[in-house]
Amino acid sequence: MSFENEVAALRNYLLRFARLQLRNDAWAEDAVSETMLAAIAKPQAFAGQSQLKTWLVGILKHKVVDALRSNLREVNASDLGADRESDELDAIGFKTDGHFHERPADWGNPDQDLSQRQFMAVMDACVAKLPPVQGRLFLMREWLELDAEEVCKELEITATNLYVQLHRARLRLRECLELNWFGIQKA
Amino acid sequence: MGNIFIRSCKEVSSLVITREDRALSVVEQLQLRGHMFICKACPIFERQILTMRHAMQQWRHYSEPPAGPSKPPQDPPAP
Repeated sequence: MSFENEVAALRNYLLRFARLQLRNDAWAEDAVSETMLAAIAKPQAFAGQSQLKTWLVGILKHKVVDALRSNLREVNASDLGADRESDELDAIGFKTDGHFHERPADWGNPDQDLSQRQFMAVMDACVAKLPPVQGRLFLMREWLELDAEEVCKELEITATNLYVQLHRARLRLRECLELNWFGIQKA
Repeated sequence: MGNIFIRSCKEVSSLVITREDRALSVVEQLQLRGHMFICKACPIFERQILTMRHAMQQWRHYSEPPAGPSKPPQDPPAP
């Protein structure tokens, strides 16, 4: 397979990530196109020291951060204010004394389940259902693997705010996975 | 602080989630461990979160079936 074709074959993988991250098909297409063009223009930069996919994701991360930087400033302030009062911890079900209403469900030993395509679809859907800002912060941490300091710098938010948002995102994800995957597996 | 058993399940659950993004202080770690020692519910919750962490790793490196081998990449590159 030619280098161009190998790059083109990874388009869907890149697009899936860009869409989740940017939540805007046009921006996602742009970021992926720019990534593929940059890659094809400089095949010599890919020295084969890593997997092609890994290298492309590395380029895409920069394109996504650029897109976030140029498109998201105005969205941030309003989104961060939304549902500030809600306490996602309560969704787990605690009594007033802070004890569990019901013991949490045993999710079993799902090692063998997690590489399934269906699980990935559930995970995608749960991440897509996060409120926009939470979803982006979460993906910057979990998929882009940026550390907290970098995320704060890119999006100009405080560390406290970042931790609060990530905390909420993780609780929502836990709930979503329980409802749509682990709960069903057990039933 | 003083009493390391003082945290409620709700607070401990919160610490378990927080630990995914920042290191806990020594006091928080002690409170967490102390509570886990006497509680039956919180260790189950903790296992859920560890399962999520593991799931996230798989998910991060997952590519659609036709898009090539599913061998997970190693470290992210510095392009």
